[in-house]
Amino acid sequence: MKFGIVRFPGSCDDVDALIAAERVGEATMLWHADRDLHGVDAVIVPGGFSYGDYLRVGAIARFAPVMEEVAEFAREGGLVLGICNGFQVLCEAGLLPGALLPNVSLRFICRQVELDVVRGETSFTRACEPSRPLSIPIKHTTGRYYASEPDLDALETAGQVLLRYAPGQNPNGSTRDIAGVCNRAGNVFGLMPHPEHAVDPLMGSADGLSIFESMRAQVGDRIPA
Amino acid sequence: MRARVLVRPKAGILDPQGQAVERALPALGFSGVRNVHIGRLIELDVDDPAHLPEMCEKLLSNPLIEDYEIVETGMRPDR
Repeated sequence: MKFGIVRFPGSCDDVDALIAAERVGEATMLWHADRDLHGVDAVIVPGGFSYGDYLRVGAIARFAPVMEEVAEFAREGGLVLGICNGFQVLCEAGLLPGALLPNVSLRFICRQVELDVVRGETSFTRACEPSRPLSIPIKHTTGRYYASEPDLDALETAGQVLLRYAPGQNPNGSTRDIAGVCNRAGNVFGLMPHPEHAVDPLMGSADGLSIFESMRAQVGDRIPA
Repeated sequence: MRARVLVRPKAGILDPQGQAVERALPALGFSGVRNVHIGRLIELDVDDPAHLPEMCEKLLSNPLIEDYEIVETGMRPDR
């Protein structure tokens, strides 16, 4: 099982994502200007400030050549994980519903948060322990998840909300405490917290590993090792 | 053609930047200020203004969260 981590000019969590993915499988970097995913089994769009986040967060990165390949990979059912800026990019690209707005506080927030796993049987959460919250850090200025009320109702009905900030812990004003959503098909997932920064007890928590382990388990079911 | 594109947060979406400025103005002695919203001004020269709406939909604004307004401001200055 091989993960591909997309590196844009301005990505900064790409190496952490690579190291985290290597804890559960193989991993390689993908360059933003490439039109080739080099045969990876899953794609991670990492955190950072792709293309300087000029205009709007994620707005320019969605037009990178590699993103056409990522969109095609997603259409074919490939697993795509967007973390923080990667989540913003996937929303701008229309691969995920909604948008990310500036935190209500207008401040950069960097701290550990507790996340409730809303659905534990998905391609991205199946390795999470049932009914145990995840402790994972956030670090962002533009993390307020927004979708219109009718769209939010539709997302909830379709089971696309996978992670919520634990009650009372919503750090950024996200609608309905949403921390992570998937697309309707369930193969593209984005979240503001950083699971790649929580993969070893030395980092304060290893709970983020379960996201990568879920992806490996999902791909392993499809492609025999 | 020279054009201005005005991009604003959609009505009803919480705009903390606007709120912060709305609170700051009375602190400077300016009373009677309401409904402050902060958006973005994009100025550009375009050969074909007919392309502007598509540019706005695809890149200059995010239609989920923003409204845009196109103001054509006359001929391109020579520079």
